[in-house]
Amino acid sequence: MTVILNQSFTGISIGAVLLLIALGLTLTFGQMGVINMAHGEFIMAGAYTTYVLQKSISSAGLSLLVALPLAFLVAGAMGALLEWLLIRRLYTRPLDTLLVTWGVSLMLQQLARDIFGAPNVQTHAPDLLIGNVSVAGVTLANNRLFILGLALLCVLGLTLILRLTSLGRRIRAVVQNRDLAEVSGIATERVDRTTFFIGSGLAGVAGVALTLVGPIGPTMGTNYIVDAFLVVVVGGIGQLKGSVITAFGLGVLQSVLEYSTTVSVAKVVVLVAIVAFLQWRPQGLYTLRTRSLA
Amino acid sequence: MLEINTIRAGYDRTTVLHGVTVAVPKDGVAAVLGHNGAGKSTLLRAAMGLIKPTGGTILLHGEDVTRLAPHQRVARGMAYVPQGQQSFPHLTTAENLQLVADGRPDGKEAIAEALDLFPVLRELSGRRAGLLSGGQRQQLAIARALITRPRLLLLDEPTEGIQPSVVAEIEETILALTRRGGLSVLLVEQHVGFAMRAAQQYYVLEAGRVTSSGAGGTESEQTVRAALSV
Repeated sequence: MTVILNQSFTGISIGAVLLLIALGLTLTFGQMGVINMAHGEFIMAGAYTTYVLQKSISSAGLSLLVALPLAFLVAGAMGALLEWLLIRRLYTRPLDTLLVTWGVSLMLQQLARDIFGAPNVQTHAPDLLIGNVSVAGVTLANNRLFILGLALLCVLGLTLILRLTSLGRRIRAVVQNRDLAEVSGIATERVDRTTFFIGSGLAGVAGVALTLVGPIGPTMGTNYIVDAFLVVVVGGIGQLKGSVITAFGLGVLQSVLEYSTTVSVAKVVVLVAIVAFLQWRPQGLYTLRTRSLA
Repeated sequence: MLEINTIRAGYDRTTVLHGVTVAVPKDGVAAVLGHNGAGKSTLLRAAMGLIKPTGGTILLHGEDVTRLAPHQRVARGMAYVPQGQQSFPHLTTAENLQLVADGRPDGKEAIAEALDLFPVLRELSGRRAGLLSGGQRQQLAIARALITRPRLLLLDEPTEGIQPSVVAEIEETILALTRRGGLSVLLVEQHVGFAMRAAQQYYVLEAGRVTSSGAGGTESEQTVRAALSV
């Protein structure tokens, strides 16, 4: 029983990381339909922001707290700049967007190598996040609990923004009917840039979280980008709750399989399961139903 | 109020409008009539800025708005109800209205006024727009346009594809709005009777050209029907 609970918690914590890295994509890919291959490099930018901050702020706890909003701003600004410079010219050309952003991703990786060097670097976790707590025989790592809390907080924040604010209404309106939004008085280009800013900023936040569980390197984003896209596609494009369920579902599945087999076999089984699932439900876990899409 | 001067516009390499000139009088209604494919909707899309004209000018209160984005035209007092009862399907009725009212100091009053015109929308405020009937969605579309407090309203076949019981209601509301003053309307319509009752000026469009125009009113109905039957 304890084993099952331990593995479940490991799965949930893997799911929390998946959710954090995919959350920004639910906006830029899920809502706007942009395949941004440089999303992983915004995660990297967030991680390096934490690294740079730790050099000037000695307290690991304080630097982590400052890093969260700062990484959001840094990665968000990078995303908004990318949208303004390139992506807005390519909205009707998804394949070109994929290629262009892949190129940008390679350039950003090289830029990171030039600035910080090729070898991976590490940050120090705050004392509070080192160690474990035991609840009913289940060992919960503090850093994993923090990431879980952060992921849930980000989901809550994003949900509230999309559901209750005027910005959220504008974002949803532009996604649903761009021309109608424009003739309703909404400056759709500005909404696009803001959406991209928030989506990319969330990747920055994910980057901060990842510094707690692994090293920081120029190619760290590439390790996560495929998983992030998988979460959004399986969850159902444009559906936040689908991404949440998928992230935790895949996390637990992977963790249970890793326990009973090996890491590689678990990865293969999860990918095969995703392919099979998408054959059965190409639209993903959740879809929006309406009487008319007009 | 609105002067569309020798406008040329189309899609990709196909020119749909070949130098169309249409004027909407201040506080009056101009109706554009014509068969399917004549270019009526293209004219409204060009007037609103959704397609860029390749020639001609569009003047609003004497200001050249030809190169302005649609949302900038809305800020200058234009509103547009496109063909096909368009809405934001996954937003609720209330959100559809609030979206347009956001950022307007008189937003609350504007929503209340729009709901007074179409009381049925009050009962449907929590329902997603995509789940409304065609008639309800068209009422929502007109309400949404009115919340911007336009001085010029572009209506593209407002009663097309709507159940007969709601058509009369929508027509009466449009007539009441135009008689209230302070609002000019450019109306694209297939129903000649309704268009001529509402309009002070009519234009018949054929293959992207104005082939006939004159003063509106029911007395011109036969002339227009004759022009359309050619």
